Amino acid sequence: MMDLSAISPAALVAALIAASTPILLAAIGELVVEKSGVLNLGVEGMMITGAIFGFAASVETGSPWLGLVAAMIGSAILALIFGVLTQYFLTNQVATGLALTLFGLGFSALIGQGYTGIKPPPFPRLDIAGLSGIPFFGRALLSHDYIVYLSILLVAAVWYFLKYTRPGLVLRAVGENHDAAHAIGYNVTRIRLMAVAFGGACAGLGGAYLALVQVPQWTEGMTAGAGWIALALVVFASWKPWRVVLGAYIFGGVSILQLNLQAVGVNIPVAYLSMAPYIVTIIVLVIMSGDRTSAPASLGRVFHASS
Amino acid sequence: MKSLKSIAVGVALALGLGGVAAHAAEKLKVGFIYVGPVGDLGWTHQHDQGRKAVEKAFGDKVETTYVESVPEGADAERVMTQMALSGAKLIFATSFGYMDAVQNVAKKFPNVKFEHATGYKTAPNVSTYSARFYEGRMVIGHIAGKMTKTNKIGYIASYPIPEVIRGINAAYLAAKAVNPNVQFKIVWVFTWFDPAKEADAANALIEQGVDVIMQHTDSPAALTIAEKKGIYAFGQASDMKKFGPNARLTSIIDNWAPYYIQEVKAVMDGTWKSHATWDGIKQGMVKIGDFSDKMPADVKASAQKIIDGLKAGTLHPFTGPINKQDGSVWLKPGEVADDATLAGMNFYVEGIEGQIPK
Repeated sequence: MMDLSAISPAALVAALIAASTPILLAAIGELVVEKSGVLNLGVEGMMITGAIFGFAASVETGSPWLGLVAAMIGSAILALIFGVLTQYFLTNQVATGLALTLFGLGFSALIGQGYTGIKPPPFPRLDIAGLSGIPFFGRALLSHDYIVYLSILLVAAVWYFLKYTRPGLVLRAVGENHDAAHAIGYNVTRIRLMAVAFGGACAGLGGAYLALVQVPQWTEGMTAGAGWIALALVVFASWKPWRVVLGAYIFGGVSILQLNLQAVGVNIPVAYLSMAPYIVTIIVLVIMSGDRTSAPASLGRVFHASS
Repeated sequence: MKSLKSIAVGVALALGLGGVAAHAAEKLKVGFIYVGPVGDLGWTHQHDQGRKAVEKAFGDKVETTYVESVPEGADAERVMTQMALSGAKLIFATSFGYMDAVQNVAKKFPNVKFEHATGYKTAPNVSTYSARFYEGRMVIGHIAGKMTKTNKIGYIASYPIPEVIRGINAAYLAAKAVNPNVQFKIVWVFTWFDPAKEADAANALIEQGVDVIMQHTDSPAALTIAEKKGIYAFGQASDMKKFGPNARLTSIIDNWAPYYIQEVKAVMDGTWKSHATWDGIKQGMVKIGDFSDKMPADVKASAQKIIDGLKAGTLHPFTGPINKQDGSVWLKPGEVADDATLAGMNFYVEGIEGQIPK
């Protein structure tokens, strides 16, 4: 009965990458936000807003690309509400972020009322002649939709930006010590607002992926906690872009693996299987973060130019 | 001065609120607590349809409130306490996992009536109500057994509680009865509502060759995937036809409205008593959606025959001989399962592979 060969490794890898992509996108955005010293707990709200904006826009225009653009813009605007409240009106970031999540969930449900049971236009897949026919790699790695590749490019760009560019250095400086950054003439508030908007756009993209590709449908509250997992991932990945990828793929991978093991009929306690994604991801990332990389020093602290 | 001012504000607030309460005294306040969003188009959606029916039936004699997406556990207790404190006289708790929370809050508010869906703990002010969904499962199990070409049927299960296990057993027995080669592949997702995970589970099952999917989770995600992959599935809790016009064979529809209206009326009339209701297809609490055109005429006819038998009471999904998974005898030939065993069902019937998670 227990026939593990029934699980196709290529299908497994393909499924794990698809399942991880929404979390990965949201997490890489939140990483930039937190690197700039802002803690935005509204990821879930921004994701679900992106999901409905992306869904509605692609249904109305028939173009999944315009859907993505709408998702990014919509969620970035939502994130900017958070940005303005926390950066100009100096509201508490934790409370404002939580409020953003609640607002996003309610707002998306409102907009989404007319969109249940509608099929979104199909998303184009990468299909380079011949490549997707290669054994294993073709199905596992080379026949995804474009957003999957985009997400990896995005991580690479964020990594390069933070590590090797001057604006990236400035962003990190703002996150580590906003008073010092301010003293040497950087506009802390503006830099943080841009980071917050970027984070919103990424979360929106993640949400849109969920509603356009992974599930292809709109259902209220369909992110079902993915935003919170993305938030946790950033912390466990010690604010390092490639570890976010690793964490997201481990989480998605173990989730997918346990579902497939169940489908094949493997006789190990299912309750443990269901816990596995959380536990494995945490263990791996905690072991890796032994190098004592800590949070950006100004994370979550209020900045005012007069102080 | 500052304290005087705040006292004044407090008094004004209290008076204001008191005024509102006195004004609304004739209205019966009814609270609903939901485990998912009202827009899930499944389980919670159907309960909310019941709430709307109550509002429609009683007009300005009732005031309903609801709180959606309440996790099972401490949050549920807080939400129900809040409802009781703000004057609700009848509270419907619509998920199995609210059971202990309902008991705790009910003890604190003996004058408030509680109705707990799918649970089994009653109290002087707590009733339980549930639908015999396993009757619906018998119908779709029969259809699935007839429609499968690969003889593999996928089942997306939520939590290992009697309600879900009963559904699996009922569906399996009905499928097996018409297709001896049928095999059930069961995936437990440990959530009621998570479209992405439900979709991933559906994909994993399809990867293993299932060509009909059943679900005991709340979102239409699996049906959407079935439509995309060109296999069959069923609507769950609500009709869900638009999510998979080609994939959906029929649906098990929860119809709570008549029961909710009846209970609200009982509280209004002062005739409400603690009880345990368990109604099925016969009473209309469980309905079967219309059959898809994809079903051949003979399958439609035989499925309809089962529905008619359940309606007439001549058919019971658990009629012996039935063995338990370990081969021991559960029901002797002709014997029908009693409600107590069904309510606490914690075993698979013979033929189902795998173990129930503990």
